[in-house]
Amino acid sequence: MANTVTAEQFNYRVVRQFSIASVVWGVVGMLVGVIIAAQLTWPQLNFGIPWLSYGRLRPLHTNAVIFAFGGCALMATSYYVVQRTCQVRLFLGKLAEFTFWGWQLVIVAAAITLPLGYTQGKEYAELEWPIDILIAVVWVAYAIVFFGTIGKRRVKHIYVANWFYGAFIIAVALLHIVNSAAMPVSMWKSYSAYAGVQDAMVEWWYGHNAVGFFLTAGFLGMMYYFIPKQANRPVYSYRLSIVHFWALIFTYMWAGPHHLHYTALPDWVQSVGMVFSLILLAPSWGGMLNGVLTISGAWHKLRDDPILRFLIVSLSFYGMSTFEGPMMAIKTVNALSHYTDWTIGHVHSGALGWVGFVSMGSLYYLIPRMFGREKMHSVPAIELHFWIATVGVVLYIAAMWIAGVMEGLMWRAVNPDGTLTYTFVEAVKATFPFYVVRLFGGILYLSGMLIMAWNVFMTARSGRAVEATIPTVKTLAHA
Amino acid sequence: MSDFIGDFWSYYVGVAVVISITACLWLLWVTARGKTSAQASDTDEPAQVGTTGHVWDEDLEELNNPLPRWWAWLFVLTILFGFAYLAIYPGLASYAGSSNWTQVRQYEAEKQAAEAQVAPLYAKFASQTTEQLASNAEAMAVGERLFMNNCAQCHGLDARGSKGFPNLTDQDWLYGGAPQNIHESITKGRRGTMPVMAGAVGSADDVKNLANYVLSLSQGGGDPARAAMGRDSFTVCAACHGPEGKGNQAIGSPNLTDNIWLHGFGVDNIMSAINQGHAIVMPAHEAKLSAAQINVLTAYVSQLSNRSVVAAVPVGSNAPGKM
Repeated sequence: MANTVTAEQFNYRVVRQFSIASVVWGVVGMLVGVIIAAQLTWPQLNFGIPWLSYGRLRPLHTNAVIFAFGGCALMATSYYVVQRTCQVRLFLGKLAEFTFWGWQLVIVAAAITLPLGYTQGKEYAELEWPIDILIAVVWVAYAIVFFGTIGKRRVKHIYVANWFYGAFIIAVALLHIVNSAAMPVSMWKSYSAYAGVQDAMVEWWYGHNAVGFFLTAGFLGMMYYFIPKQANRPVYSYRLSIVHFWALIFTYMWAGPHHLHYTALPDWVQSVGMVFSLILLAPSWGGMLNGVLTISGAWHKLRDDPILRFLIVSLSFYGMSTFEGPMMAIKTVNALSHYTDWTIGHVHSGALGWVGFVSMGSLYYLIPRMFGREKMHSVPAIELHFWIATVGVVLYIAAMWIAGVMEGLMWRAVNPDGTLTYTFVEAVKATFPFYVVRLFGGILYLSGMLIMAWNVFMTARSGRAVEATIPTVKTLAHA
Repeated sequence: MSDFIGDFWSYYVGVAVVISITACLWLLWVTARGKTSAQASDTDEPAQVGTTGHVWDEDLEELNNPLPRWWAWLFVLTILFGFAYLAIYPGLASYAGSSNWTQVRQYEAEKQAAEAQVAPLYAKFASQTTEQLASNAEAMAVGERLFMNNCAQCHGLDARGSKGFPNLTDQDWLYGGAPQNIHESITKGRRGTMPVMAGAVGSADDVKNLANYVLSLSQGGGDPARAAMGRDSFTVCAACHGPEGKGNQAIGSPNLTDNIWLHGFGVDNIMSAINQGHAIVMPAHEAKLSAAQINVLTAYVSQLSNRSVVAAVPVGSNAPGKM
């Protein structure tokens, strides 16, 4: 063991970098979301400028919020959690530094190429092949740093949060590499390695597991560290975490076909996808229960702790979305919900309510510690952020839920003579008021993020970058 | 089923699915029956339950509470549902399921039921000519709805078209406006192709001269000097548009002398047509609509050009002059 001071300290530098980047990209990604919500309400806002048009900004929004905001939050927290719970400094600090700058380069490249119209045309996997290769390289480096740290841990048992982060890192590497396989024809154009319905199936195997591993497993890792820490309570049930972890990562891999109900995909694949989507309900709720029951007995803390409130509300949205998801995977329900704004509402109750809130709560815990402060510059500002964001999410998903069900019903309404009761444009027109409400909800959510950015800036300005000394490993007499 | 090359892959998939679902049940059972450090109890008083004895990061610990019973039953229930569903519906590879359901059969059954339901309505129209249908209010109400469902996407709610999509309310017909022509357009579709002509015309300047000449065929302005110079180039256009530019309904080539501009008015638009050509498609509807529906639609479209434009604006649209 080296005797240098650094060897006895955690690497907070890279955690700090990713935390700040997450907040910055959160503002950018949500701003683009607000812009495209406005464009859907008033199409004139496309201004006839190709690189400002909805079709190009929409993938920019999804990439920015998922991979830039969410990705940086995951990397920040995973680097923090893996060090703290292994009680050892991060493996290969230089490589960790590379993952930060490499990931920022991916984000900037996405922000330039997507508005210019370069796309592989695969949802959530739009980036062209040179960027895909960079992602793969950065991701492998990330895996080496993460698992290398696990490998040199000083605590014998691997903490549950690390199982989830680990599964997320392995699965995303697998999904990204398989789905992005393509034949380049020029620097910025390539064609998928798969064709027809097989391409669609590979895409939605990727797409649904991007939800399952990037947006669920990774953030459950966050939940398993920051909830017990902030509530100062032990995790409710070790065995529940075992069964829901294995069931979750196993069944998610099968669920993708529910994105392709009533298409050219063979019936049997659709059925298998539907069945596994339903089986996913309990494993998903297992994570919610373990989080909520960890706090139970300490409910009074919610009264004056807005960070804990962010975390617990994120779990309720997680529970709601993971109930809604399996229901929407049932073919009969899907026949109504598919292609409507209901899907958009479902995605955002997960993205804004679960992913957003759990990240915000975790970052509010993390950022003061990165700058040698006890807590954020302004706790009332966290409180304000919480309420603005909650109202924003509720308005957003309620509007999309109503709009979606309405669209589904209007599209299938039939006259006695066999013609459709409504033309397509009538259904579009009917969504207008709900699009306005959605836009308003989005503006609220963005406003909350701006308050957070201000709070983080003030916290960083009055604090200073610190590193923490690695505490000695504690062992309890075995119970 | 044709999804599988031989029986092996079918069995492989079917067995893998069954084992995988069973594995979920096994995982639940194995985890649930392990020893807990406390009796299963409905109170969640942590003092009764010991931790696993592991400590991370100074104070992170884990209790080992039993699985919530309702949750475990929920898990079992979804697994049982899965098995039942796969017994009834196609899911285990080539096994068709006891209900013999497929999405194609569901579609066909629903389509048949719908056709049976509307058959008496269309039977009333079967013996009527296009002219009779056009003056039959009930038929035209059906025709308007068919138009809104199938035609309005391109030709507009008011049937007046837009750039690249013909106006159906005027007297100008690319392929002829007689009922049999309209019927054929709907049934078989149309492909309007103008080849790239720039090569045959000559230099960019020649193209510009020709465009000015084409513009001069109708009332529309342009540069007379250039038009005069472009006159000779028109011979390459005459093959389709005729020596006088009157067009030819047999091949759908537009009349260039009538001041109706499907692809836009002006020298630039005409030059673009010469330089880049045009390829527009009216899709065939014979597979989508029944013969009776096409008859009603034919009558509806043919009477569009005979009624006033104001009447063609559906109720609820902006009144003229509001903009």
